[in-house]
Order: sequence, then C-alpha cells, then structure tokens
Amino acid sequence: MDNSRRTFLKIAGIAAAGLTAAPAVTSLASSASPSKGGKVVRNPEALTAKHWGMVIDTRKLTTSADLEPIIEACHRIHNVPTFEDDLMMPQLPCRMAETESLKQSCEKVNEKIPKISSDKKRHEIKWIWEEEFHNLFPDQLNPYLTEHLEHLPFLTLCNHCANPSCVQACPTKATFQREDGIVLMDFHRCIGCRFCMAACPYGSRSFNFRDPRQGLKEINTAFPTRMKGVVEKCNFCAERLSKGQMPACVEASNGTILFGDLNDPESEVRKALKENYAVRRQPSLGTEPSVYYIL
Amino acid sequence: MKNKGLIIAGLVVFFIIALTPWWWNLVTGTKAKAPEPKLTAKAEAAKNCVESKDFMKKEHMQLLDQWREEVVRQERRTYVNTEGKSFDMSLTNTCLDCHSNKAEFCDSCHNYTSVRPYCFDCHNIPKEAN
Ligand code: SF4
Ligand code: SF4
Repeated sequence: MDNSRRTFLKIAGIAAAGLTAAPAVTSLASSASPSKGGKVVRNPEALTAKHWGMVIDTRKLTTSADLEPIIEACHRIHNVPTFEDDLMMPQLPCRMAETESLKQSCEKVNEKIPKISSDKKRHEIKWIWEEEFHNLFPDQLNPYLTEHLEHLPFLTLCNHCANPSCVQACPTKATFQREDGIVLMDFHRCIGCRFCMAACPYGSRSFNFRDPRQGLKEINTAFPTRMKGVVEKCNFCAERLSKGQMPACVEASNGTILFGDLNDPESEVRKALKENYAVRRQPSLGTEPSVYYIL
Repeated sequence: MKNKGLIIAGLVVFFIIALTPWWWNLVTGTKAKAPEPKLTAKAEAAKNCVESKDFMKKEHMQLLDQWREEVVRQERRTYVNTEGKSFDMSLTNTCLDCHSNKAEFCDSCHNYTSVRPYCFDCHNIPKEAN
C-alpha cells in the first residue's frame, strides 16, 4: 500500500509539473506571436517636442465669454459629459444586459430612479474650466488684489507638471509621464482608487461617478468615452498632436493660448515667456507645472 | 474497503448524472450551432483584414492588446502589416469602420463563447453613437 501511494504521488507530481509548465511554454510561444504580424510605427506627421508646454495670455482672455468656446471645443471633442441633474440613487448597469429586451426594461427602470437637480457640480467632469484668481494662486497672500485680477476669469487645466505628484501616487501606473512631458492617463488601467486626485494639488482630475455617456448629447466617435469608476483629465490633446494638429483649446483660442516646446529657446512659447511676465500655479510645491500664465 | 460495491455504484451514478449533457448530445446528435459571423460588404471587398483571416481569428485579442499598449503608452499609432500596408490603430475608426455590423460580427462569436469584452464601454460603436 505504502509503495503504491509513493508511485501515485510521483506520477501526480510529474503530471502537476507538466500541467503548470504547459501554459508557460505556450504563453512564451504566443507572447511572441503578435509581432509575427506587422510592425508598429509612429505617425510620420506627429508633432514632437522635448517638453510640451502652454502659455495662456490672460490679458487677452478677459471675460467668461472669451473662455467659453475654448472650453466647449475641448469638452466636445473629448466626450466630456455635462449632467443636467444629479442622481439620488445609483443606476443599474444596463450595458451588461444580455439581450436587447432586457436592456430596454433595465433602461426603463433607470428612468424611474428619482433625480435631484440641486447640485449639478457634484458629478462634474472637467478637463479645462474657469476659475478665479484666489483659487488658482492660493499662496498669493496679498489680500488687496488689483481690481483687474480680482475679477478676471482664468482658464485652468492639468498643468502637465514636470514633476507630477499624481504619477507618483498612482499604484497601477495608469497615470504616467511621457518622455515629451505630457502626463497621460491609460484609462484601461485606472482602477478608480483616486489616489491621484488626492495627490494633485490643483484639482485637475475628475472622477466618473456616473456613466459618462448619460451626460453626452452627442458622441464624438473619433475619441472614446470613459466608463463609470475611472478618473480623467486633460491629455494635452495627445491624440491630435500625433496627427500633426495643435491642441483643440489652442486652435479655438485665436492665438491667446500658445503651445510648444519649452526646451527649445526658439519656440513660440519660449519667445512669449522671454518678453512677458508669467507665473505658474503654486510653484513652491515643486511639481514644476508646464502651464504658464501671462498676467 | 467493505463498502466497495456501494462506492463504485455511487460513483457510476454520479458520473452518469454529471455527464448527462454530454450523453444527451451524443444520443440525440444535437450540436450547439457554431456562429457564422457575417461580413459587411466593405469587409468582403477588402478580402483581408489588417492581417490574414486565420491570424485575426486566432490573435485579434493579442493584436488589440498590443495596439492599445502602443497607442496609449508608446505613442505609435500606425500599424504596418506583413504586406506593408498601413493602418490607423483604432478600434472604433479602423476595426469598426469595416466591421460596422458589430452585432452580427463581433457579438455573434462573443456571445457564443460567453466572452464579454468591456472594450465597448468606452470605445464607441459608430452606428449606435449616431
Ligand atoms: S496638474 Fe495635477 S494631474 Fe496634472 S500633472 Fe500636475 S499633479 Fe498631475
Ligand atoms: S484613480 Fe486611476 S489613475 Fe488615479 S491613482 Fe488610482 S489607478 Fe491611478
């Protein structure tokens, strides 16, 4: 009896080793396989820089009406949702419904879920938005600000910091920094832990509490939407740069927002910074923002 | 081993019951119908996908995984296939442009194999979006 138990364990052991080795061997074989397809290359027309940066000329952007088309352009092409009413209770995830009729009845239930409209801002998603001086530069201790700055609407967005605290905080590397300085999000990898939101001192990130598609009147099919439970923010229009286009806000700004290579002394942004007094948001924090404001 | 007979009988009954679906198919000769994904006219005319049909059948998931990594993280957005033809690496704008009949093409297999990719939670399906 003893003897046969021994042989049994031996065989079982060999079999187990074989079973564990097999997937490893096949995965080794298949991990190489997509490359036996074609190869991937950069778009030849893509715009490149050593370190992308932005200069916002606040002297020329003086009213909310000036900012509006810029914000609209960004939010429209990136499918950034606007929710007209706030939800009291969470909705059912109807997209998971297996059949069309199930999906329809699920949506009917969702329609009945009570909504409140008191606080539209609670679920707000923003990539670029308007803010007042005190919120933008909280460490400016002067309580007697010039009339002009006190009432000036400022455009604000992710600063694409050279030393981004959000990247350091993200446990999944969903938030990462490209070599050209752009702080990007890989939405596929975001687990919605919101560490990055806590780490960003500028409040540049939004969390999708709701399915963003519910807040979109029209979807731009050229750019994906996000899903519930994912953080998002401005991406410096990485998808446009790769096609040789300038960011959408820059295009909509009629020259009041400049975009270019901060490492190149001959670039438009550097020239503007040479000639004008510009500030960055909370430079003392050491995040090294790449967005400059000409005052 | 004094209950040998009982144990063996029990095991036989267990396996007969556990394998009923299999017996059933064997006896009645029914087979689950394999899906037949339909091609759009555009896909039909193109003959080949970005790679051969066989490659795509087996490896479209690896290919898409590679695409997403390259596009988002490596900033490489152009795919040059084995024949030297270039494609924009985009699920919505390249794949679904040709296979615009997602329900008859993608879903038919995904439903059959009970695979539920959540790609389309974010990536738009052109027809549905408009
Ligand atoms: S502004 Fe915030 S989100 Fe943007 S790079 Fe800096 S720390 Fe990260
Ligand atoms: S919420 Fe997403 S992006 Fe932010 S830290 Fe967590 S995983 Fe990273």
